[in-house]
Amino acid sequence: MSGNRWRTNGFAWLLLLPSLVILVMFTFYPIFLTLRLSLYQADLAVPEPIFTGLDNFRRLAADEVFWKVMSNNIWFALGTVPAGIALALLMAVSANKALRGKWLLRTAFFYPTLIPMIAVANIWLFIYTPEYGLFSRLLHAAGLSDLNWLGSPGLVQWAMIIMIIWKEAGYFMIFYLAGLQNIPKDLYEAAQMDGVGRVTVFRKITFPLLMPTTLFVSIVALTNAFKLVDHLMIMTRGGPNNASNLLLYYIYETAFSFWDQGMASALTVVMIGLLLLFAAFQFFGLDKRIHYN
Amino acid sequence: MRKWNTVMLTTVVGMSLLAGCGGNNGGTEGASGAADAGQTASDNKQTSAPDGKKTELTFYYPIAVGGPLTATIEAMTQEFEAAHPDIKVTPVYTGSYADTAVKTQAGVQAKQPPDVAVLQSTELFSLLDMNAIIPLDDFVQKEGGEQYLSDFYPAFLANSQTEGHTYSIPFQRSTIVLYYNKDMFKEAGLDPEKGPENWEQLQEYAVKLNKDGRFGLEIPVTGFAYWMMQTFALQNGDNLMTSDGKKVMFDTPENVEGLQYWVDLAAKYKAIPEGATDWSTVPSDFLEGKTAMMYHTTGNLTNVKKNATFDFGVSFLPAKKQYGSPTGGGNFYIFKDISAEKQQAAWEFVKFMTECERAAQWSIDTGYIAVRKSAYETDQMKKYAEEFPAALVARDQLQYAAAELSTHNNGKVMKILSDSIQAALTGDLTPTEALKKAQGEADQALASFNK
Repeated sequence: MSGNRWRTNGFAWLLLLPSLVILVMFTFYPIFLTLRLSLYQADLAVPEPIFTGLDNFRRLAADEVFWKVMSNNIWFALGTVPAGIALALLMAVSANKALRGKWLLRTAFFYPTLIPMIAVANIWLFIYTPEYGLFSRLLHAAGLSDLNWLGSPGLVQWAMIIMIIWKEAGYFMIFYLAGLQNIPKDLYEAAQMDGVGRVTVFRKITFPLLMPTTLFVSIVALTNAFKLVDHLMIMTRGGPNNASNLLLYYIYETAFSFWDQGMASALTVVMIGLLLLFAAFQFFGLDKRIHYN
Repeated sequence: MRKWNTVMLTTVVGMSLLAGCGGNNGGTEGASGAADAGQTASDNKQTSAPDGKKTELTFYYPIAVGGPLTATIEAMTQEFEAAHPDIKVTPVYTGSYADTAVKTQAGVQAKQPPDVAVLQSTELFSLLDMNAIIPLDDFVQKEGGEQYLSDFYPAFLANSQTEGHTYSIPFQRSTIVLYYNKDMFKEAGLDPEKGPENWEQLQEYAVKLNKDGRFGLEIPVTGFAYWMMQTFALQNGDNLMTSDGKKVMFDTPENVEGLQYWVDLAAKYKAIPEGATDWSTVPSDFLEGKTAMMYHTTGNLTNVKKNATFDFGVSFLPAKKQYGSPTGGGNFYIFKDISAEKQQAAWEFVKFMTECERAAQWSIDTGYIAVRKSAYETDQMKKYAEEFPAALVARDQLQYAAAELSTHNNGKVMKILSDSIQAALTGDLTPTEALKKAQGEADQALASFNK
């Protein structure tokens, strides 16, 4: 290898070094520590961690709450991801089309994204309050009886899903707006010349050409569905009886309320595994089947 | 802010000069406490610490009830510094009880604990298992031992002591009381001067007070279900755990009966909301007139007093076999991995913060129960209680009170019980099934502490 090549490579590594150091320090090293700790019993019953192999995972498999949390999370993802994406697409298309008041529409669609999750949770806590919350008033006005949205196991997940869609759709809309701007205008002009209907234009031109955006957005939405936790702190603390508990909140509880660090690490390993699975699905599964221009 | 603190400081110092601690059943404590608080405070106005070397303390504290209490705490701290020029205290507001526990225990694991902290009294066994706190026996001994402790209410000390040692000093303590709307009582033809006295009456009243757009009673579920369950357990028999924190008794017939009663209030009589009611919305519902009665901590008394637009009453929780309520709230703990000098300074601080007048003032500012008997003999408290007799209800109920649920692995055990209660209240399990399940899971969670 020539000295020149070394110099170029060395320069590249040097430029990457700051990011690499930070990445190793705050991502890879903690992941490694977590992996190790997941093989130990490290809770209040022992003064020093004891190596127990896969025991934490075995206990996890027998843990009713863990399975409930996992199924909650899957339903939560199924509820938020497709609906959030569909709504974002709809909003992007209408915000792109509208001539007058475009800015107003875009602002209105986008503003939930700007509010911190904690504030969103507090606003919706009020909306969902029985008796005098906004939803209750609407139900009363329509002559229907009141619902305890956050206090009923059958409703609480729906309440969360609706809120998250509201919060996230505006964010995804931004990507779709960018995607829409990238589609060449001449395609639409050609379609117009041929007298193609609007539905067909959307189906055959707009939607396929937005596929890279859709893929990106769906991955972000899916990982978000497993990463959200803030709203649970404010609104339900995972209750009633774990009906709204999600994986990350359960990790938090296990680590900082039960002080069972071994088990919390095991749960984290499960979560990292899941997120890696999604990433792999994106790279090896979907990516090849999408048309990029 | 600064100015306000100075005003506050001068007033309190002035007051401690004027009013001595009455009662004086601790013998030494009352009189000397007042005397040296006043004396040292005025001495130190001119002089500062001689060699300029100060012991620095970090003090973590949570706030769990409404009101601008950070200002109160900071003023109390400044007052302490004025009286002890060689000690500097940095108060750090650390959020809710749960947040404070997380910050403290994270600090303990990183070998950087606070020097002194107010944490929930129920954290005792977790802190012991983490080897984080010191017993206070030696300090207490120097203050007069049993005599010093005897000024604190025994129901509060129950969560401070285990196996013959005292590990914490009560500070912001509470019991659950029944708040009721007197106007609504009149309207429903009930005696507005008396709350319901027993379970049958409570149910009868709740049904009578219940009408469209308003509940007869609300009992918070989210957050503190286990605490509310303890009221029914204590009224119908016994506490939920042993005092060494190693065993729980969840599925006794008495407790099943208690939970059944609670479930029936919602499912059968429709007098309380079905499903889970949130801890923090219950007081708002009461203030908004959406519920005629509520079970809530006495720590909210001052908040309710300030914000109620109607005449309200406070009474004991209704009895079954007897009256009963668990205590709640936070205690002072002193940490282990700090120098002996700091521990001594921390003890001075703890002692100062729980002296009778400050306990009285703290109670007046918040609604928490003053932790010492002598605080109720101070002039300020006597005057306050005369204007506002409701301030004494929780104190009077203390003779029927018992320790809050506190065990080894407490976070887990509390959650197990709270989840099961929620399952019963939302109709997923019957009370018998729910408590049986909770017992099984809690036994498992405690198994490694019973070897």
